[in-house]
Amino acid sequence: MITKLYDIAHSRAGDKGNTLTLSLIPYNADDYPLLCTQVTAEAVKRHLADIVAGEITRYELPNLPALQFVCQQALTGGVTTSLTMDTHGKSLSFALLEMLIEC
Amino acid sequence: MKTSIRIGCGAGFSGDRLEPALVLVQQGGLDYLVLECLAERTIALAQKRKRQDATLGYDPLLERRIESLLPHLSEKKVRLITNMGAANPLAAAQKIIEIAQRLSLPVTVVAVTGDDVFGLLSGSETALETGKPLSDSGPLLSANAYMGVDAILPALATSADIIITGRVADPSLFLAPLVHEFGWSTDDCNQLGQGTVIGHLLECAGQLTGGYFADPGRKDVPDMAHLGHPFADVSPDGTAIFGKVTGTGGILNLATAKEQLLYEVMDPSRYITPDVVADFTQVQLSEIGPNQVQASGGRGRPRPDTLKVSVGYEAGFIGEGEISYAGSNALGRAKLAGSIIRERLQDRFTDLRIDYIGSTSVHRTSFGQDSDPYEIRLRIAGKATTAQQAALVGEEVEALYTNGPAGGGGARKYIHELVGIISTFIDRNQLVPQVTLFHA
Repeated sequence: MITKLYDIAHSRAGDKGNTLTLSLIPYNADDYPLLCTQVTAEAVKRHLADIVAGEITRYELPNLPALQFVCQQALTGGVTTSLTMDTHGKSLSFALLEMLIEC
Repeated sequence: MKTSIRIGCGAGFSGDRLEPALVLVQQGGLDYLVLECLAERTIALAQKRKRQDATLGYDPLLERRIESLLPHLSEKKVRLITNMGAANPLAAAQKIIEIAQRLSLPVTVVAVTGDDVFGLLSGSETALETGKPLSDSGPLLSANAYMGVDAILPALATSADIIITGRVADPSLFLAPLVHEFGWSTDDCNQLGQGTVIGHLLECAGQLTGGYFADPGRKDVPDMAHLGHPFADVSPDGTAIFGKVTGTGGILNLATAKEQLLYEVMDPSRYITPDVVADFTQVQLSEIGPNQVQASGGRGRPRPDTLKVSVGYEAGFIGEGEISYAGSNALGRAKLAGSIIRERLQDRFTDLRIDYIGSTSVHRTSFGQDSDPYEIRLRIAGKATTAQQAALVGEEVEALYTNGPAGGGGARKYIHELVGIISTFIDRNQLVPQVTLFHA
């Protein structure tokens, strides 16, 4: 079955300069291994190819549980000089949640 | 020693609401109130205001916040710590004294300074973001180092009711009263790491209590119009229980705490502050009651020898123009308009952005299903070195009224002066934090 990340997880975006952070938190802790397997840094890089120019690093936090993605060169220069309307990239958490996975 | 300290956070950014802090002071049973009002670029903009008028350069909402809080802070014996000093903590302290005198309240204010390192930089230091010298980015406006608890502790040791700082790391505003009250050793990295977890969870105020969280039908948050801001009851061992004032709106649960714990964190095992390199990977969160979350397990390693410096520079201007199209083929006409502007401006702007609002303006592409929208607002933005050049963007969009596709309406044009932010590091020994006392 194909499902949207939106249906099983929530996310908040953060920014530091030109770097975007995206948390990914399953509603149900039982889904955490599924997220670890399918929502790899490479898969997110493909999904956000139009947004993230640089590297994506994934951090695993089994104690929460949650994943954290740190995306370099994702904010077209960053909050103070970007030409985008959402200069912080705050809305990008919902772009991540549009990603499809198999479950 | 007290067995527990209650610290509230009444503002998570400069533009935050005024009432939640008042509710916290009046009904929250606080020992300390913290107002975190300084974003990355806020201080550079404040430096510009200070240059124009030496009595300004502090937070624009300082006067309103202090006027509303001051009588209640005195009555409830709540100590206030805030970075609303921004570029000018001394002027901010004087303004607070003025307000206190007007209200006939005896108040002692301490200004914490020393973060302004503009005079210590030559411009040849390497910018983290570009790898090039700082001054390559543009004329430099400001440089403020992130100070830590060691800058705030001397202020807490005075009789001050209000401590007003410039640039300090956000979690340090919360960690400082914990170190002060509990006598924590600044060499105890695990203790400081846990204190930094507490500060990080509190620093965005409403973001811990259901603000910036709601998604109707999936993540429902009650009474958001009256969102309460959070407080933490901290024990001497660093265990913290987060809560909010009964009767306020919002929600504080595991999900809100997890989102906030990871917010803006670049590496959960190495969250670097001036006080400690905190490790969030062992943090345990548990819901121990309605709107009550306990946090423990923060750890840390020794603080860095350098401090991060936020450097503001003049980054030129952005010119913007907008115009709307509606009805059949609205997107087609908007795209034609966009292509006309591109053809006319592309040789004069190295960086031009064309957005079709209602279709792709937010993420440049659609992550959902494509559909033809009824209306499109065309937005053009271009970066320029002068205001005059920036104005061209809006002028070209406005000219579409009689030279563009059919049915364009509601043209608007804007020019923004840009302050860019880059970072570098400075040896922490170069800083001399100072405290200055003011009495009313």
